[in-house]
Amino acid sequence: MKGKISTRDVYGDTLKEIGADEKVVVLDADVSTCTMSCMFGEAYPERFFNVGIAEANMVGMAAGMAAFGLKPFVSSFAMFIAGRTFDQIRNSVAYPGLNVKLIGTHAGLIVGEDGATHQCLEDMALMRSIPGMVVICPADGNETKQAVLTLNKYEGPAYLRIGRAAVETVTDFEAYSFEIGKAVEMRQGSDLTVIACGIAVSKALEAADILAGEGVRTRVLNMHTIKPIDREAVIAAAQETGAIVTAEEHNVMGGLGSAVGEVVGECCPVPVLKVGTQDTFGRSGNADQLLEMYGISTGAIIEKAREALRLK
Amino acid sequence: METQRQKYLEDKAWEIRKTGLEMVREAKSGHIGGAFSLSEIMAVLYFEKMKIAPENPKWELRDRLVLSKGHATVALYPTLALRGFFPVERLKTFRKIDGSLSGHAEMRNVEGVDMSTGSLGQGFSAAVGMAQAAKMTGNECTVYAILGDGEIQEGQIWEAMMYAGAHGLDNLVAILDCNKVQLDGTVKEILDTGDLKAKFESFGMHTQRIDGHNVQEIARAIDVAKETRQKAHMIIADTIKGKGVSFMEGKNQWHGKTPNDAEFEQAFAELEARN
Repeated sequence: MKGKISTRDVYGDTLKEIGADEKVVVLDADVSTCTMSCMFGEAYPERFFNVGIAEANMVGMAAGMAAFGLKPFVSSFAMFIAGRTFDQIRNSVAYPGLNVKLIGTHAGLIVGEDGATHQCLEDMALMRSIPGMVVICPADGNETKQAVLTLNKYEGPAYLRIGRAAVETVTDFEAYSFEIGKAVEMRQGSDLTVIACGIAVSKALEAADILAGEGVRTRVLNMHTIKPIDREAVIAAAQETGAIVTAEEHNVMGGLGSAVGEVVGECCPVPVLKVGTQDTFGRSGNADQLLEMYGISTGAIIEKAREALRLK
Repeated sequence: METQRQKYLEDKAWEIRKTGLEMVREAKSGHIGGAFSLSEIMAVLYFEKMKIAPENPKWELRDRLVLSKGHATVALYPTLALRGFFPVERLKTFRKIDGSLSGHAEMRNVEGVDMSTGSLGQGFSAAVGMAQAAKMTGNECTVYAILGDGEIQEGQIWEAMMYAGAHGLDNLVAILDCNKVQLDGTVKEILDTGDLKAKFESFGMHTQRIDGHNVQEIARAIDVAKETRQKAHMIIADTIKGKGVSFMEGKNQWHGKTPNDAEFEQAFAELEARN
């Protein structure tokens, strides 16, 4: 995989691939042509359930199907999975430890013109707060594919966050491998670490290149698994580089930045500055304008990086 | 049903009540009212109708039951224990910190519980999911769901019913424990749910209405449901909250209140006098 690729297209395609496993069932709530779960539906209509605009029932049905021994993948927009059905996910899926995979697409600001009601900036915080829940936010199409393939083998509840827009491929390199809870070192560095997830990973790499021109050796970690967080990688970053910037397309409260901050605060206090939305709702606009306006940009990462270096 | 069998099931229902009351006395907490309204229904399901194997609680071909009104563990746990899923002795650990029988129904730690429930409105969706999964995999089991008549004020119930009705899930048998009383008052006072039969039928459910304390009627309604194909089933069981204890009957105060010593004595005496 190379170039700009839509993660939801990859999601649909990979669902179809894991459909060879007859236990896999897919549920959607009338947005299957947006989440792209329709691709599974075309290939395996007998194992595809479009429940209508009724997300709470969808998650509950998935719990019942998992209790019956099936492997449900449930998709809708992040807002309507993580937001609307938090109680169903907590009590019907996570508490009994059922093997349900929840996929929130159209997450974050880059859903764009639809505006704030559809821009979920709280989903990782919500899902991370549920005991036993795995939370994954892939950086690109390639990583999305690896995440879906891996989640199909993983037994237990998990949340996968993907966006609407096509994103630059950044993980297509020889040494790349995907493991739940294991950060990927994208750049080596000893002066500072940028820990990013999702679309912020490509911005972190751009920032690292620019910072290199200023003589700052920036380590970049792709923290695709927000929970369980790779404590080892975070601690090593804190100890070896002495300053951390986190970057995510999510509220700075409760997501990746908080998860990193928790580990650093407990184990090896160093400055942790957070790039993300600053406790605010989004608005309508195109994706790039929004990212710029809300400070999820290469420039914002560089600015925080300089500030972090001053605090060292 | 033979008279002897009828008597056996009626006695079981009273035994479920007494065992449940003992469990609440030991725990010093628990929901009695909505469990006592359910006792005959539980007796008929677990001792007459359900295809289950207590020695093999995860048997793949078993009938499933989802207690969507998950607070009625004071009916479910005694039923499962008396049916042999686990020793009756274990009921003494109900709601205790070192026990496995938590306040609301829990599938992970309790043999025979098919779904964890407690947050109202959610269990019915799980039952619909199980029924759909059974259809898909060719498993000929029946999936039972027990709903409360207060619980159906939750919107998710109607989402699930719309699905069950539209897809004609005829392997799904929902039983509404229609005891007319919820936590804060009567259903009429709090949020009148109106003409239930008309509502359920308009959602595509094959709907019957019966006396939920009459074991014959319960058994017959289940038979009729199983014989009626192409439609999901709803059995509205008219019941009395707190059935069997005079001072509890029809009183919302006994939704979750624990009796004092004198009240326990009287309640046991009244239940004892029944058989």
